[in-house]
Amino acid sequence: MKNIILHSIKIALPGCLLLAALNVCLAQQEIDIGKNITVPGQAKPIPISLEGFSGETLDVLKFDLYVQGFSFVTPDAAKYRISGSSAGNVQGLVTDTIFKKIMFSRSYSGATLRKQAHAFADDIVETISGKKGIGQTKIAFKAQSPRGSGEIYIADFDGHNPLEVTHDDSIVAAPTWAPHKLALYYTSYQPGNPDIFYHNLSTGDRTIVAKFSGLNTGAAISPDGTRMALILSKSGSPDIWVCNVDGTNLKQLTRTPEDESSPCWSPDGQWICFATKMNARRVLAKVPAGGGAVQRIPTSGVSSPTEPDWSPDGKWIAFTSQMGDFNICVVPATGGTATLLVAGEDPSWSSNSRTLICARRSGGRYTLSVLDAMTKQVKDIGRISGNDSQPAWAK
Amino acid sequence: MKMTKLIYPLAFALAITLASTGCHNRQVKVTPIPGSKTGMPGYAGGGDTRPTTGGTFDPNAGGGVGTGGGQLAGLDEFEGMIKDPSALAAYTVHFGFDSAVIKSSEKSNLEAVAAALKGDPNTKLLVEGNCDDRGTEEYNRSLGERRALAAREALAKDGVDPARIRTISYGKDKPADPGHDEAAWAKNRRDDFVLLHPKP
Repeated sequence: MKNIILHSIKIALPGCLLLAALNVCLAQQEIDIGKNITVPGQAKPIPISLEGFSGETLDVLKFDLYVQGFSFVTPDAAKYRISGSSAGNVQGLVTDTIFKKIMFSRSYSGATLRKQAHAFADDIVETISGKKGIGQTKIAFKAQSPRGSGEIYIADFDGHNPLEVTHDDSIVAAPTWAPHKLALYYTSYQPGNPDIFYHNLSTGDRTIVAKFSGLNTGAAISPDGTRMALILSKSGSPDIWVCNVDGTNLKQLTRTPEDESSPCWSPDGQWICFATKMNARRVLAKVPAGGGAVQRIPTSGVSSPTEPDWSPDGKWIAFTSQMGDFNICVVPATGGTATLLVAGEDPSWSSNSRTLICARRSGGRYTLSVLDAMTKQVKDIGRISGNDSQPAWAK
Repeated sequence: MKMTKLIYPLAFALAITLASTGCHNRQVKVTPIPGSKTGMPGYAGGGDTRPTTGGTFDPNAGGGVGTGGGQLAGLDEFEGMIKDPSALAAYTVHFGFDSAVIKSSEKSNLEAVAAALKGDPNTKLLVEGNCDDRGTEEYNRSLGERRALAAREALAKDGVDPARIRTISYGKDKPADPGHDEAAWAKNRRDDFVLLHPKP
């Protein structure tokens, strides 16, 4: 009897009591969601239950939701119950267990069951968090054979449906996406020198956009798609340069004797962040995209930062710390105390500013991993070659 | 039990409300998912993706501040030259961890390379900078270039025209020793020297 009473109280508080409870619930929920969004590494996952799904659909839902900050519990303990079916096509229902309210109910048709499941996962994420899901996004990466040569690939963000983009059989590196376009920039040694290519994925056409003497690498395209930051050593040292994406209007932004690497843009297009050395120490720094004084970005608590990537919401810079081993860290974009998340290298943000893809070393080989920076929930994705690294998330 | 009596009708009322707001049987919205069963929308794939030579910018355009060896000579100055990796293989220069500084122990090797270049003015030099795998990939690609440029600067100080020297960085992609211990790392932090002969 006790169980029934307690259960009944939970679902049916009368009159003003119910209103008061709703207010409390609402307030709590807002605080919870706020926490999940603002504190990398410290957010608690949102408990949900999955009922009625099987096979590939269940695998997709679990993967997509896990790396966006959800955990899986029994229906009794769930904040949201996801129920439905994957027989023939995906259909599902999301119930808020606190309000006992159905948040949405939907059926999916067309394409593959896998794509339907990703779309359903995106709807779940958007309904619960108010943020767009990442289930239908793409990544690019480098797949290297044991001989050292490699190719650039693209795939779904979970590693499925891989597609070989290059056929260079040479060293390739540092793929990045043209914002909002089906196009990549990357480095290939195929011409006998590390040169930067633009590759239109719709047509398969590509052109070399930087082939100076020395190093041409690290292409990063401005959020508005008009400018390219890159590393060139043609002046006698690897420095940060910027130009139009067609190669015109080239301008040198740093003039240090050190080895700058891995430029990335602030989402407002005002800054270019990169890794360099100052006073014999490895640091992150930023320079105005139009030229100006270089400013250090402090990363207190960790040393030897490299491979910065600025979150699309502008708040964080994710990077790799090199302290004997390699770890994914985040620091406020203005600099400050860094938070060490998990083992990994070369983080790339997804559009939601909470999920990252990175490369993880194990036994001298790289595997790609998807990481929810807020909860530190991480999952490896399938391997294409002996070494999959340098992931870049399409945004 | 008094409480239960009060609550049951309320629970019943709520159950009715839930049933009317949605359940498995009610008509649901259908979301069609675009795209074929394979591949990526809009991707033609396949075909010849060899680079074209158009659409590049002038390798010699733009100024720059050198750091000892000055601005690099254009790649066209080295075009078609024959690579001879064995001639100077004995003079590989090794570096300390995270360093592009030429150690004094390596200077005799650089002197030998300088002597070879001075001895045959028709030859040029390709310096290949390499790293161990204790750093991230692009960090190492820049560090490897810095190491190659350090040799170029040292050779320039030794009287070799830096316009005869081309640099390339392989980062950590071309280890001399595939191992993951200090002995392997020490071998991999290096500049290899490839003598370039004029095209016949």
